[in-house]
Amino acid sequence: MSEKLLNWDEVLIGGAIKDPGNSKSYETGSWRVERPVWNPESCIQCMFCWVYCPDSSILVDENGKMSGIDYDHCKGCGICVEQCPTKPKSLAMLLEADAKGKSEEDLRKEVFSK
Amino acid sequence: MGKKVALTGNEAAAHAIRQINPDVVAAFPITPSTPIPQNVAQFIADGEMDTELVTVESEHSAMSACVGAAAAGGRVMTATSANGYALMWEILYIASGSRLPIVMAVAARALSAPLNIHGDHSDIMGGRDTGWIQLIAENSQETYDNLIQAIKIAENKDVMTPALGAFDGFNISHAIEIWELEDDNKVKEFVGEYTPLYPLLNTKEPVTHGAWAPPDWYFEHKMNQLEGLLNAKDVVVKVGKEFGSAFGREYGLYEAYKMDDAEYVIVAMGSVCGTTKDVVDSLRENGVKAGLLKIRLFRPFPYKELADALSSAKAVAVLDRVSPAGAQGGALFTEIRSALYDANSRPPVINYTYGLGGRDTQPQHINSVYDKLKTIAETGKVDKQFDCLNLRGTWG
Repeated sequence: MSEKLLNWDEVLIGGAIKDPGNSKSYETGSWRVERPVWNPESCIQCMFCWVYCPDSSILVDENGKMSGIDYDHCKGCGICVEQCPTKPKSLAMLLEADAKGKSEEDLRKEVFSK
Repeated sequence: MGKKVALTGNEAAAHAIRQINPDVVAAFPITPSTPIPQNVAQFIADGEMDTELVTVESEHSAMSACVGAAAAGGRVMTATSANGYALMWEILYIASGSRLPIVMAVAARALSAPLNIHGDHSDIMGGRDTGWIQLIAENSQETYDNLIQAIKIAENKDVMTPALGAFDGFNISHAIEIWELEDDNKVKEFVGEYTPLYPLLNTKEPVTHGAWAPPDWYFEHKMNQLEGLLNAKDVVVKVGKEFGSAFGREYGLYEAYKMDDAEYVIVAMGSVCGTTKDVVDSLRENGVKAGLLKIRLFRPFPYKELADALSSAKAVAVLDRVSPAGAQGGALFTEIRSALYDANSRPPVINYTYGLGGRDTQPQHINSVYDKLKTIAETGKVDKQFDCLNLRGTWG
């Protein structure tokens, strides 16, 4: 969490928020039990995952291509994996506990080389 | 100058709304408050006000539309009763938690079952913890006066909390009384223009209303809300004084009727206070030191001021127009008794439930309460802490 926690006499009246879009500063990625792992080698860039992600957590590069996952906000719902049309799928869910301390590259190898 | 009119309590509420001329009224009809939106619709049709009347499909929707309109930045009013108030329940908390100064007229009524459309305080007492300011009227004049003051109280920048002006269903809502209708322009001048804090319609400064507050935020917001509600106490006094200078009828937190040396005191609210005043007058003529402490502001509850007002009492009876519903006594009783716990005198306090579902309460019943208080003061014994007035059969 990057936002400052305010005291009761500092919060804005009625829970109003004057800086719209501040949900970005709330890192919902901490809720995740499972995480999607992406395989760029089999990905066909159909962008279905980007369309369906309910939390705008599919990262897109300057060329409009899928470039990874925003793990600060991805809640691990798995919709991207469900929607992925490639066979085999280019996204797979992995238990967060099993992902701990491993690099993204290692995780890809672990998940997709099976 | 105002003029004397002979109209019902509902018409008093409707005229207050007409003169305030809010941006939006969203309401759904329910007995006994139906004539309020009905009269408002007539005033609009006759070109006497230009409020946007939103005719919704339920009270849940009525309060939801009020919340939306108030968040947009409008001055918003509504009216309801009983089951309609109960159906608003969820949204009452959203209105208060969002700090939207909506003002609502409530013709207080019994809640079903059994089905009953007559007056008591089951609705407003059930909703006493929804975070709304609650002003309670004794008659049509106070119904009218309270709603006008409620606008200024609710919209005060230190308060910004919704307020309801309650009056007894049928006893007030449908009874024709003579009361003073003030001049339109004078009322408009008194309530003034409303400047919302964070209106949604101000696109230059975009704002979010109704956002999510997780466990690390919700608590702080609720305590911030409580401060606004508590601030209402001083503002009620201030606005009551301003109203007095403008219209000649000054208001405070409560009315102390012949309380200066009162030894036997009834604490009550609503139309029963009129009956009680008559009884106090005749007891005083016979040298009995009787008094009435009439509650005007129930939320926030001015417990210190009320305890002080009861300092001369040797015995106190609290009248509740609601069932204790399993508590030690009625809603007002438990508040008053708790307030007196810290008082030096700490007089004995008893409780009566009266008037449920429109049951008549007559001078003879009030007299019986003062008789009881005299006995308690003389013997120092309370044989029955809770009893009922005008109930068939003996309770307890």
